[in-house]
Amino acid sequence: MLETDLDRTLEAFFTGQRRAAARLISVVENGGPRAEDVLHQLYPRLTGAPRLGITGPPGVGKSTLVDALVRYHRKHDRRVGVVAVDPTSPFTGGAVLGDRVRMGDLTTDPGVFIRSMATRGSLGGLARATKEVVDVLEAFGQQMLIVETVGVGQTEMDVAQATDSVVVVLSPESGDAIQAMKAGLMEVADILVVNKADRPGAGQMVRTLEADLAMRPHSEWSVPVLVTVASKGEGIAELCAAVDEHRVHLEQSGDLADRRRRRAQTEITAVLRDRLWQRAHARLADEIPAWAERVAAGQETPYTAARSLMAAFLEDSE
Amino acid sequence: MGRAIRVLVAKAGLDGHDRGAKVVARALRDAGMEVIYTGIRQTPEMIAEAAVQEDVDAVGLSLLSGAHMHIFPEVQRLLNDKGGDDILLTGGGTISDEDMAELRASGVGQLFGPGASTRDIVEYIQTEIGGRRAGEPS
Repeated sequence: MLETDLDRTLEAFFTGQRRAAARLISVVENGGPRAEDVLHQLYPRLTGAPRLGITGPPGVGKSTLVDALVRYHRKHDRRVGVVAVDPTSPFTGGAVLGDRVRMGDLTTDPGVFIRSMATRGSLGGLARATKEVVDVLEAFGQQMLIVETVGVGQTEMDVAQATDSVVVVLSPESGDAIQAMKAGLMEVADILVVNKADRPGAGQMVRTLEADLAMRPHSEWSVPVLVTVASKGEGIAELCAAVDEHRVHLEQSGDLADRRRRRAQTEITAVLRDRLWQRAHARLADEIPAWAERVAAGQETPYTAARSLMAAFLEDSE
Repeated sequence: MGRAIRVLVAKAGLDGHDRGAKVVARALRDAGMEVIYTGIRQTPEMIAEAAVQEDVDAVGLSLLSGAHMHIFPEVQRLLNDKGGDDILLTGGGTISDEDMAELRASGVGQLFGPGASTRDIVEYIQTEIGGRRAGEPS
């Protein structure tokens, strides 16, 4: 995009054109100096709208739940932005992003903007990219922002960093998943939801979760366990009430400012790391293969190689 | 390496057979593309609007219902309306050679019949989008 094109796109964005919003999301997602320009222009337009993260193991009905949440907020006349994050294949760099399948006709609602995003294997960059894509949607005037992602591995932590409240969704069949993911997934939850609660085992799942929560150290916010049948819209109003309550808690306890400060810190760190790495890489890329050969031949260790490379880089920087 | 090519893959019309679309979606992913799959029974309005929101480079429509002479031009018109006239519209299904020629003449991209290989489809999109991107500054 040429600079003048970018200016024109920004202008169109401020008059509410969706094509322009979509373009700016791409610019921000792709990073680089243009992304900086865009964010610089958008920051004064940020409204502080609530940011909700939805995560959980595959197959628990996250997209259907998001669909129900969006409909609920639309009924209350709020403009909604959704960012649906799915993993990039580490082998091909490609991805199939299928969350729109469950959100069908929301696409044509002018008060809703849905964007699918691939994780792109960015080292810790997902939190930054996700947050900035949400920034664009917030500046576009969306009043409720929802980030959906599959909770496997590291991504749910990144989601947690991009949002104010995190809902972890499980289903009555999630028993094994909980065992496997207890450490990461459960700890990021501000609210726990057992979806597909019309299936057998839902009550047992709720009791298991509550027992697990009871063993945690006391905190000011006690994580509620709710039940929903998202496909029928059941439990959605209660879930939204719990999200509101969590928001009030965040505001009154000062946690919201805390979370946003931490988010800013993560963002600065990520940008800084990117920059340093780019500079180091530009300077050292040509020298790395020779060192790799010596390390592979057992003449050096990766640490002595890195130490020498870093010394060369720092000397140049002075 | 440039940024990933983004493609929206949709099934338009009332027939619910999405195996072909899914095979193509997977082939595009395996070629390193980001594929937004929207599923079956999409209206032209849904397809064009989703394509705009997702800022895709290309839309691939799968059509087995025989309604292609209506749906392709309608999606193209809506894309143009929404400022997405630079998005490549392509696709495939049970479409006769005459119909393919007529749609191509109207500005739709290459279309693929039932016997087409996924490799041809991947190559076509890579070449077409690669050429379009070469014209813009990085």
